[in-house]
Amino acid sequence: LSTSDLVWRDQETAPAKIEAALRRLVSECTVQNQHCVPARTLNLVCVVDREWSGEIANRLRRVGRYHASRTVVCTVEPKRDTIDATASVSTDDNGQAGGFVAMRELVIVNVGERHLRHLDTIVDPLVVTDLRTAVWSPHGHPEAVDALTTGHAGGTAVAQDVLLDSVDEPDVLAALDRVCELADRIDVVDLAWLRCTPWRERLAAAYDPPHRRPELDTLSKVSIRYAADSLVSGLLFVGWLCSRLGWRAEALTRHGDLLRGRARARRGEVERRLEPVEGMRVPGLSGIETRSDLGTLLALERGEGGLTARRVERDGEEHVWTVLGASRGEPGILGEGIRHALMRDAPYKGSLGAARGMLR
Amino acid sequence: MSTAPQGLDENPLVAGLERLPVHPTALVIFGATGDLARRKLLPALYNLAHEGALPERFGLIGNARSEMEHDEFRQMAIDSVVEFSRRTPDEKVLHKLFEDVRYVPGSFDDDSVYGQLGELLGEFDAAAGLPMNRCFYLSTAPGFFPVIIDELGEHGLARSDDADVRVIIEKPFGRSLQEARELNQRVLSVFGEQQVFRIDHYLGKETVQNVLALRFANNMFEPLWNRNFIDNVQITASEDIGIGSRAGYYDSAGALRDLVQNHMLQLLSLLCMEPPVAFEADPVRDEKVKVLRAITAPRIEEVPDMAVRGQYARGVAAGEEVPGYLEEPGVAPDSTTETYAALRLEVQNWRWAGVPMYLRTGKRLARKVTEIAVTLKPVPHLAFHTDEGPDVKPNVLVLTMQPNEGVSLSIGAKIPGTRMAIRTVNMEFLYGTAFLSQSPEAYERLIIDAMRGDATLFTRNDEVEAQWNICDPIVQAWSELPGPLPQYPAGSQGPTEAEQLLVGDALWRMI
Repeated sequence: LSTSDLVWRDQETAPAKIEAALRRLVSECTVQNQHCVPARTLNLVCVVDREWSGEIANRLRRVGRYHASRTVVCTVEPKRDTIDATASVSTDDNGQAGGFVAMRELVIVNVGERHLRHLDTIVDPLVVTDLRTAVWSPHGHPEAVDALTTGHAGGTAVAQDVLLDSVDEPDVLAALDRVCELADRIDVVDLAWLRCTPWRERLAAAYDPPHRRPELDTLSKVSIRYAADSLVSGLLFVGWLCSRLGWRAEALTRHGDLLRGRARARRGEVERRLEPVEGMRVPGLSGIETRSDLGTLLALERGEGGLTARRVERDGEEHVWTVLGASRGEPGILGEGIRHALMRDAPYKGSLGAARGMLR
Repeated sequence: MSTAPQGLDENPLVAGLERLPVHPTALVIFGATGDLARRKLLPALYNLAHEGALPERFGLIGNARSEMEHDEFRQMAIDSVVEFSRRTPDEKVLHKLFEDVRYVPGSFDDDSVYGQLGELLGEFDAAAGLPMNRCFYLSTAPGFFPVIIDELGEHGLARSDDADVRVIIEKPFGRSLQEARELNQRVLSVFGEQQVFRIDHYLGKETVQNVLALRFANNMFEPLWNRNFIDNVQITASEDIGIGSRAGYYDSAGALRDLVQNHMLQLLSLLCMEPPVAFEADPVRDEKVKVLRAITAPRIEEVPDMAVRGQYARGVAAGEEVPGYLEEPGVAPDSTTETYAALRLEVQNWRWAGVPMYLRTGKRLARKVTEIAVTLKPVPHLAFHTDEGPDVKPNVLVLTMQPNEGVSLSIGAKIPGTRMAIRTVNMEFLYGTAFLSQSPEAYERLIIDAMRGDATLFTRNDEVEAQWNICDPIVQAWSELPGPLPQYPAGSQGPTEAEQLLVGDALWRMI
């Protein structure tokens, strides 16, 4: 927890005044504590509804060590005409003796809906130049995201990454369309995709021993179970398989809650099934199962201390084990998202394209 | 959009994954109840498990002389993780990790131990439904390395038709060139070099690997990185603590064997090596070995001119009076073991000829720091008057490994005012302020690399021998010189005799 803070507040203010105040606060902090240094990892711009800003603040607080070095929170009030701002610089006092203490810089800017179309002109002076900037707009406000990710008057965009959670959008098709549109012009970090990462790692590991790799060419059925609100994660996971294994996927068809479809692989057809699981307390996947023409089966399920894996060989011999790994939890997923804004995730776009294609 | 599958020689599912799969592996730790296992290896395994980085199928077998059951060893392993892990353990992961752990009691020369190990490894294979790779970790006193190696060979555990077998050997790798050669011969009579992973845990540290990143990912340093621009290099690994309870080990090793022969020569190699053609095991190690071979080993009579040793005497550290080395429990009052060593070396090649390379390490010095300081030559002509302020000093690039991992560059800057007065200021970069990820412990990186078969961060046989080739004459010369050794007060900068190593205007940096 932050234990020392320098705070500046102003009403009816302007970006230049906020930026000057930030510089002053950073300078004061280093004067007060010679071990205090500005961190320079990432700018995170959050656009949130004023009435839900407390919840967002809580989520940001719980991301742990993966916090941005400068966070600019734009709280949106529908009828506001002027800009109020609070800037603060805080440090952890529990740095090791003789070590340094990194600063956290936070700016809260209260804006109106009328400011959102040109939010880039407000935020631009507030982010640290030459650092990557990610924008997270969990309450919608696409016009603000567009402003921050499209260069003003043909210039360079303020943000280079969009952080989003496509499970937040109730209309899956609209969610994927929006992400596809964003991904065409900017790097996207999708929490729905990051929730698939441990599953991708496990499946990749299961088929990694050289004698098991040929089985990938013989897969005949893939079944995915997902939390009821997380169809996007299921689609992205199947999209990833299609993209990486060169499957040409037909559109999925709905049979009650179940989505089914076939994909054309090099050696034959692959049946795909996506099924929701009611009552899961966290978003993401619940289990995956692959079957091959050879008669082998691999199943991964959420379990204690990791994923429970079950493999059935072609002679019917069955092995069950735990693939170790701690759950990151939802705060951990947001932290991972912030961390991933500094990384590239090459398979995402291919997986996204394939996922979108399955809903045509 | 679809991507055509790659050939199944490669796994098409690993693209873009941060954690690449590691083949199912069984790890056997010899000396599994010892200090290293409890403080470092078992916590490292836990942290790998926590992050999902362990192989999909993983088996652990501990061996030591203590009689205990599987359950007792399991509890000891859990307790060790709880006490020493860098993160608070997740109970479920912790218990799952050690759920199927096995323990084989017995001495290292006991044939039945190896018979049992073979059986347990077979059981792991059967449970996994595939042959698991084997890693044998020798976390024992070095005197046991040869017997364990021989026993593994005699019991057919050093080779497998269906899986990779690897052996991880802790330091010290020999106490002299002769011993290192003999141990290498012994190891290589049983294992192939590609199976052998000699640990120097310094190489697993992120900040040590950053020396390579700094040099070879930034174009600005390369033009300066040679004898034309660099005046001298100082590598310091100082500790503010004494030997604590390690008198038994330390008094038979000393500072030269403890730190210079391995860690500090590794740092020197990384600093001076030519760019490798690839960041892979042999290209990197080829270049490091070339540096070591370019350092001419001193003749015994030359040692007093290029090496200084010392022992800490009674003094004050962190405000407390502390005893001298000869007063430490377990140290003989006439011990001639050095607690401080300083060397001046030269790398005799086109790039570095004539540049003094100063290495120093010691216990009970003023501060704990590990750093490489590269001092550039002064500008050929200074147009500014310097009588109005401190002298303009040559630029110094300092790579700090601990405690504050980072890079600093001292530069001359104008003092604000109406006069053109110059003062040296520092441009500082701290790794901790620029990255979100937490650095893994060195052992986490090294264990997973060994399981993966990547030897880039391990020491090759010729590298160890080249290191000993430099240090051996110094060990020999010092063993022939009578005591007492030069003394330095605890909490000081070290013995004043170290000044005599410096060439020209060079000064030791303040510790």
